[in-house]
Amino acid sequence: MKLRIFVTLKPGVLDPQGRAIHKALGGLGFGGVNDVRAGKLIELDVADDTSDDRIDAMCRELLANTVIENYRIERV
Amino acid sequence: MKTAVIVFPGSNCDRDIATALHEVSGVAPTMVWHADSELPDGVGLIALPGGFSYGDYLRSGAIGARSPIMRAVTAAAERGVPVLGICNGFQVLTEAGLLPGALMRNAGLDFVCREVALTVDNAQSVFTSRYGAGEQIVIPVAHHDGNYSADAETLDRLEGEGRVAFRYAEPVNGSARNIAGVLNATGNVLGLMPHPERRIETAAHGGNDGRRMFEGLLELVGA
Repeated sequence: MKLRIFVTLKPGVLDPQGRAIHKALGGLGFGGVNDVRAGKLIELDVADDTSDDRIDAMCRELLANTVIENYRIERV
Repeated sequence: MKTAVIVFPGSNCDRDIATALHEVSGVAPTMVWHADSELPDGVGLIALPGGFSYGDYLRSGAIGARSPIMRAVTAAAERGVPVLGICNGFQVLTEAGLLPGALMRNAGLDFVCREVALTVDNAQSVFTSRYGAGEQIVIPVAHHDGNYSADAETLDRLEGEGRVAFRYAEPVNGSARNIAGVLNATGNVLGLMPHPERRIETAAHGGNDGRRMFEGLLELVGA
C-alpha cells in the first residue's frame, strides 16, 4: 500500500523558508502571490494490512513534529 | 563522578565537550555510542554534543532523538541526572520530548557562526550557579536551525517558571523572545544553542565565559 504523508507547518508558525520562496518569486516578476508555505512530502510503501492507527503513530512519533507541524495522510 | 558524552553519527563537537569536561573535572568522560542502550553505572552528568546527527535528515535532531541510547538518557533525566544538550544536542532534546518547543530554520535562513552576547536569565540552576542573574556573557554560536519556537502559552510558562536559562542579548536567529537556552520543569535538563565548550580557555578561545558552566555543574554534581 502506498501512502503520501504531507507534513506542513501549523498555521501561525512563522515559515522562514516560505517567506524566502515568496520573495524569490516576487524577484522573478511573479506578482500576486499572497503567501507561500513550504512543507514536506514523504512517500511510504507499507504492508497492505497496516492499520490506520499504526500509520498515525508513525506520523506522530517520527514523521512530523507535532509541536510545530501538522500532517495529512493520503492513500495513493 | 562519571560523565558521559553521547556520540551520534554526524556529531562533530563530541571531542570539544569531552575536552571541556576532562579539563574542568580532571576525569575523561565516557564516550557512549548512540546505538548502545546503557549508560555507565553511576553516571552523574550526560552531555549531548553539537553537530549534525544523521545529517539533519527529516528535521535537525529528529532521528538522533529516536536512537536506542535515548531511552536510557530519558530514564536518567527522570531520575534527576543532569543532561546538557548543546546545539544539535538541544535539538535532540526537544525532539525527544525532554524539553518543550522546537528549533526551526534561522529566520534569516543563514547559517549563523559568530560570537554572541547572552544574558543569564536564571542563575539558580545546576548549570548556571556560577553566573550572576542578568549577567552578560559572550559565547559562540554556529547553527542553521536555532530559531526557538513554542506556542505563547508554553513561552509564558517557561518564563513564569524561570525556565529560560539564557537569552540572546540581541536577535540572532529569530528565536521567540530571544530564547537561547531552556530548562526542563525539574531543572536538571538544559538545552542551549550557543557552545560554552568552545569558551573554556582564554588563550585558545579568546574568552572563558563557558568554563563556569562546567565548573559549577561539576562541583554541584560532585565531580
